[in-house]
Amino acid sequence: MNNSTPILSVRDLKVHFPLDEGTVKAVDGVTFDVYAGQVFGIVGESGCGKSVTMKAVLRIVEPPGKIVAGEIILRRSVAGANGSQMDDLINLTALDASGRVMRSIRGAEIALIPQEPMASFSPVHTIGDQIIEAIMLHQAVNQREARKIALQMLKDVGIPIPDQRLDEYSWQLSGGLRQRAIIAMALSCNPRVLIADEPTTAVDVTTQAQVLRLLRRLQQDRNAAIIFITHDLGVIAQMADYVMVMYLGLVMEQGPVDEIFHAPKHPYTQALLRSIPTITMTPRENLPTITGSIPHPFNKPRGCPFHPRCEKSIAGKCDQAVPPLRRIGANQMVSCFLYE
Amino acid sequence: MLRFIAQRLLLLPVLLFLFSVVVFILVEAPPGDFLTSYMATLASGGSSIETEQLEALKQQFGLDQPIHIQYLRWMESLSKGDLGLSLEYQRPNIDLIGERLWLTIALALFAFFITWIIAIPAGIYSATHQNSLLDYVLTVLNYIGVATPNFLLALILMWVAYAQFNVSITGLFSSDYIQAPWSVARVIDLLQHIWLPAIVLGIGGTARLTRIMRANLLDELHKPYVVTARAKGLSEWKVVLKYPVRLAINPLVSTIGWYLPQLFSGSLIVATVMSLQNVGPLLLRALTQQDMYLAGSILLIYCFLTIIGTLISDVLLAIVDPRIRMEGA
Repeated sequence: MNNSTPILSVRDLKVHFPLDEGTVKAVDGVTFDVYAGQVFGIVGESGCGKSVTMKAVLRIVEPPGKIVAGEIILRRSVAGANGSQMDDLINLTALDASGRVMRSIRGAEIALIPQEPMASFSPVHTIGDQIIEAIMLHQAVNQREARKIALQMLKDVGIPIPDQRLDEYSWQLSGGLRQRAIIAMALSCNPRVLIADEPTTAVDVTTQAQVLRLLRRLQQDRNAAIIFITHDLGVIAQMADYVMVMYLGLVMEQGPVDEIFHAPKHPYTQALLRSIPTITMTPRENLPTITGSIPHPFNKPRGCPFHPRCEKSIAGKCDQAVPPLRRIGANQMVSCFLYE
Repeated sequence: MLRFIAQRLLLLPVLLFLFSVVVFILVEAPPGDFLTSYMATLASGGSSIETEQLEALKQQFGLDQPIHIQYLRWMESLSKGDLGLSLEYQRPNIDLIGERLWLTIALALFAFFITWIIAIPAGIYSATHQNSLLDYVLTVLNYIGVATPNFLLALILMWVAYAQFNVSITGLFSSDYIQAPWSVARVIDLLQHIWLPAIVLGIGGTARLTRIMRANLLDELHKPYVVTARAKGLSEWKVVLKYPVRLAINPLVSTIGWYLPQLFSGSLIVATVMSLQNVGPLLLRALTQQDMYLAGSILLIYCFLTIIGTLISDVLLAIVDPRIRMEGA
């Protein structure tokens, strides 16, 4: 399989939560491609649908949440008739979420580094128990071999005295070690797509830098794709090759990391970047902020979801229809009427 | 861990001493003594007792002594492992309690297993299928179960059985076997009778346990470690049973030790209503007849088992939860 065809293609994905108070359209038409060997960054404020999108890819959206439209295509190689490798496209949205096929993909081909390393291990099972379980689930190995693999994984992510750590509980580990153990578990079955859901929000800056370097190295070693979710633009600039900016369940803009940071097209991306403090700022200078706040999910504005807070919104247009995502550069796409 | 258990065991005699004082004061508290109630019983039967005879009985039982002497004499025999003589039955208390003990334990164990076997799966189902039809049905049943006093349930069942089917469902044996020595046939007879009182005794606990299990599990089901387990590709029921259920059950395991005193005491009111031959009615009769050493012995054993039960609870909790186990280490 080469790197020019996407390993994961999401097309017009919609995930809705029908609640008593109304339907929350957490993800409302998201399209993107992820390639092998790529770090695909997703940025956006809390509640913009980043995590729900990823849960949809893993098919673990919690009820009452439902995928109501769209496709999630995973490309995987299967052995062809004459021994050659063939590409096989599988639409994850068509699978039974709890069925055997989906479960064989979940954790094995697409793995998750969850949001909170502190709470992501069970406190009453050892780290080893939980990692070995994942290994034995997807690989034909016995307990002893699985333990060996788990041990090697802990070594790979740089955990000292891994033999002892394997038999410890998550709360006996420091935040940094716990984060590494989580990464070890996610990588234990050699996934081709690794979803890192804000993996560094809960750890200090030093650990964050170590974890990011570690992820980079592991990704390059294995040619895996990483989908990196964060609200930290600094982390995105450091990690990502390609960036997707989300707002209220929609894609505002996506493009190579350099384009996004140096030539942002969407007013939302521009506003986000303006609000980053720079080292050349004078002390006590107020940071530019985006006026207003995120609308409540039950009463999303009509038209472009960002138009009430947008400086450049066009009356009678932006408040009427959602602008389609259109290609404006070699790899850049934006959803804004300014670029029609 | 061992140090913890040793500490608690060292505390045991101190606690038992305190309890014995309280127990003695309580059984002594009602006005009069065994002889006054004995005389009242005789009088209601039309007979009476000579004053000299009364004095002799008083001396024999030590009832003529001041209260602290009575207590010390009781303590003295207790320290030799002698629970004393029942005033009413004129038999050693240990025999009286002993012959009812096995029935009490059997009944309590049945009730315990019914409670856990029904409550845990029902609680798991309710939590994992929150707001489904069956969840609502179970919730309503639980409300009824929690709100119904079990003696009332016993009365209703007895009435229904008697009025509708003309069968008497009281007691733990059919009339043929009440006095019979133990045999296979008697055990079978017991098994045929024990399930109904066991259900009556277990139903309130089942409802409470189901509700607690449901609430605990609902708390756990949305924890991040469940998402992690699911993201591994485990099947849903494996995810639920291995992780959140395990954590939801932990606090419940600590309540198992509290069943120990219940194993011994039996349920007083239900046992009386259904005329079950366990320790409950024995205690009730001892209290009304002011058979003070029998009542005191039963209550003191009850206290002892409560202390031991609590200790067992703590140990069980430490076994199932490594966070507690390793706290002291």
